[in-house]
Amino acid sequence: MSMFSIFDISGSAMSAQSQRMNVTASNLANADSVSGPDGEAYRAKQVMFETRAQSRDGIGGVGVREVVEDPSPMRMEYRPGHPLADEEGYVTMPNVDPVGEMVNMISASRSYQANVEVMNTNKQLMLKTLTLGEG
Amino acid sequence: MIDRLEASLNFHQQALGLRQERQKVLASNIANADTPGYKARDMDFASELQKAVKQGGDSSGLALSRTSARHIEGQGLPGPSRDLLYRVPDQPSLDGNTVDMDRERTQFADNSVRYQSALTILNSRIQGLKKAMQPE
Repeated sequence: MSMFSIFDISGSAMSAQSQRMNVTASNLANADSVSGPDGEAYRAKQVMFETRAQSRDGIGGVGVREVVEDPSPMRMEYRPGHPLADEEGYVTMPNVDPVGEMVNMISASRSYQANVEVMNTNKQLMLKTLTLGEG
Repeated sequence: MIDRLEASLNFHQQALGLRQERQKVLASNIANADTPGYKARDMDFASELQKAVKQGGDSSGLALSRTSARHIEGQGLPGPSRDLLYRVPDQPSLDGNTVDMDRERTQFADNSVRYQSALTILNSRIQGLKKAMQPE
């Protein structure tokens, strides 16, 4: 029954996009976290999507392959009075790019909405198909 | 007589099945709108429908193996072999993804409406046949 597989496809995209939203929320929340459990400043994280093909022709849903750390350099801020400042007075701040994260958030929410709409449309079509041949 | 009934419904049945398969392809395109390197797919509906109607008529499906002469012969439906094409992007993105969300959404809405119209036609065909079978 391949109509149910549209639910799988859209559902996988929805969970992948919500995971992306989660990571964005974590990045934005930790934009100023100078120290984490390991004593280091927070590093921005990004999700990597990959296609989860259901058949040979490459049609299928989407999944998160891994969450990678952003390799861009950390932001150095001059704050001589800060307890975590180095001998030159610089504090290592997270490398979170708030503008980029906002864009990411909007993109994730739009993609999520698109998939919800696909799912709703498909549900309506399925329900209509179930009444085929009735009065 | 029964095969006449089937023939009158066959075309729309094939169309409905193909519409549903296209729906799946478009759903996959929309789902993978942010996947790097994903290439958007679609099908040439008219030629696929012609092929499906032609194939639906003959019985080139999987045959049941019979170990006794008294077994009833059975034929499965031929497996779907659709030619999926790649969309030509007008604005290719840097990560190799060719999904154009506007186009996919338009095609998805278009396909849903056509699915519903195929459903409606099939429904009225069934109603007509049912009415013709009433004694009075």
